[in-house]
Amino acid sequence: MSDAKQQTARTVEFRGGGFTPQSKRWIGLVTFIVLIIGVEIGTRMGFISNLTVPRPSDVFATFVELWNSGLLWKHLLPSVIRLVIGASIGASFGICVGVMIGLFSLVRAGLVPLVAAIFPIPKIALLPLFVIWFGIDEMSKYALIAFGTFTPTVVATYGAVDNVDRSLIRMGQSFSLSWSTIVSKIVLPGAMPGILSGLRISLAIAIILLVAAEMLGAEYGIGAYILEAGSLYDLERLFVGVVILSIMGVCVSALISIVEKRLLMWRI
Amino acid sequence: MDLRLENIGHSYGSIEVMEGINLDIPAGKIVCIVGPSGCGKSTLLRLIGGLEEPTIGRVLQVGEPPSDSLNPLTYIFQDFALLPWRTVENNISLILKDYGLSDVEAEAIISDVLSRTKLTDFRKALPKQLSGGMKQRVAISRALAVNPAVMLMDEPLSALDSQTRELLIDDLINLWKRKPFTAIYVTHNLNEAVRLGHSIVVLSRRPGKIREIIEIVKPLAERGLGDADLDAKQKHLWNLMREEAMAADQELIDV
Repeated sequence: MSDAKQQTARTVEFRGGGFTPQSKRWIGLVTFIVLIIGVEIGTRMGFISNLTVPRPSDVFATFVELWNSGLLWKHLLPSVIRLVIGASIGASFGICVGVMIGLFSLVRAGLVPLVAAIFPIPKIALLPLFVIWFGIDEMSKYALIAFGTFTPTVVATYGAVDNVDRSLIRMGQSFSLSWSTIVSKIVLPGAMPGILSGLRISLAIAIILLVAAEMLGAEYGIGAYILEAGSLYDLERLFVGVVILSIMGVCVSALISIVEKRLLMWRI
Repeated sequence: MDLRLENIGHSYGSIEVMEGINLDIPAGKIVCIVGPSGCGKSTLLRLIGGLEEPTIGRVLQVGEPPSDSLNPLTYIFQDFALLPWRTVENNISLILKDYGLSDVEAEAIISDVLSRTKLTDFRKALPKQLSGGMKQRVAISRALAVNPAVMLMDEPLSALDSQTRELLIDDLINLWKRKPFTAIYVTHNLNEAVRLGHSIVVLSRRPGKIREIIEIVKPLAERGLGDADLDAKQKHLWNLMREEAMAADQELIDV
């Protein structure tokens, strides 16, 4: 091998690529399957004790049992209703307040510190208070979920309104558009991406609070089901409850993705 | 309708960006404003259209704007300022609807301005599907839709590549030939200024003052790329600005 030959021909090595998220649908599912099969094999072979983690096949059998007994819907339906009502109250109030903060300096000065003060309070700690205010039945559960969804939605919304391209607002003013048109046709659509990604977080928090609310004084509901299983150390049923919660989370996230695809077609 | 600037001065805090600007903008003419960067060209344009208030002096509208003019002072921005979530036609209809025009009236205006800017085939397109030149054509047609008495153009071609710019200069000249409009055209590109301006106002470095006003009598339609007389004017402009442009370039930015 002479030096001359090496000089003449060498492919330039590729060093670009990467850092661009690509959609690979099935990998997510494969992760779950691999993990579950791993645990299943582990528990069957005995190097994972049955006391640490229940066997996935047993969990699945318990789920089927729950389904067949008809109790699944009896638990799931009230939970979903609580989630939908509580989260819609919290999110709609949150979006309204967030937009007001974004638009009016006075509201901003008055409410941002208040929101910052409320945000870090674990809402679960306030549950007894809500029970006193709203009674032990559904209202206190709605209130807890609504309150928990409210703060992150406010923060996401006013951030999104702040981030609306000022040159577009300036354009609206330069055409002498009315204030209401500028808000409804320029500011709100411009803030929509930020509001939706904020909702992703708020709704996950809503599911967490749903369980907390149901652990206190609910006959039916996923939270009540998990509490009952937990106090009996029935790990299979506990895990069924947890899996149902995860599935709810995935469904909510998928729902938001669909809305995003519809509303945000214009994005590059 | 003419515009008259009377002794305009403006400062941000203690920094004076311009002083003593007196200028008449006659109807039906394009007035170009050029100057080194940071001389307050764009600020002046915002003052003229009422997006900012001058510290001293005033901007006067002399005579009434045409009765069919919806928005007498209309801007065209460097970054197009199109709403990305609205199609080409909806970007225009948004504004017409806000003036209370009926669907039929708005439709007639939209068809007219889109055909004048050769955009008829693109009326359902979203801004993200359009090239920079097309986006600026949409912004121009949106401005034409409100039938402005004066167009305030803030570096409208500066975000475009030089070939697209050349095409749009021709488009603007054709639009002006069909229906002469009044415009104040802010640019840092001297070639654009000599191609499009009936008169060219040269501003000095901060605080911006009018250094010279150059008239170009040659009709717009007869001006072309690389005309010797225009080149001479452009060279003259550059000689006026050269020193100041250099000084402006070496200035620390603290505004």
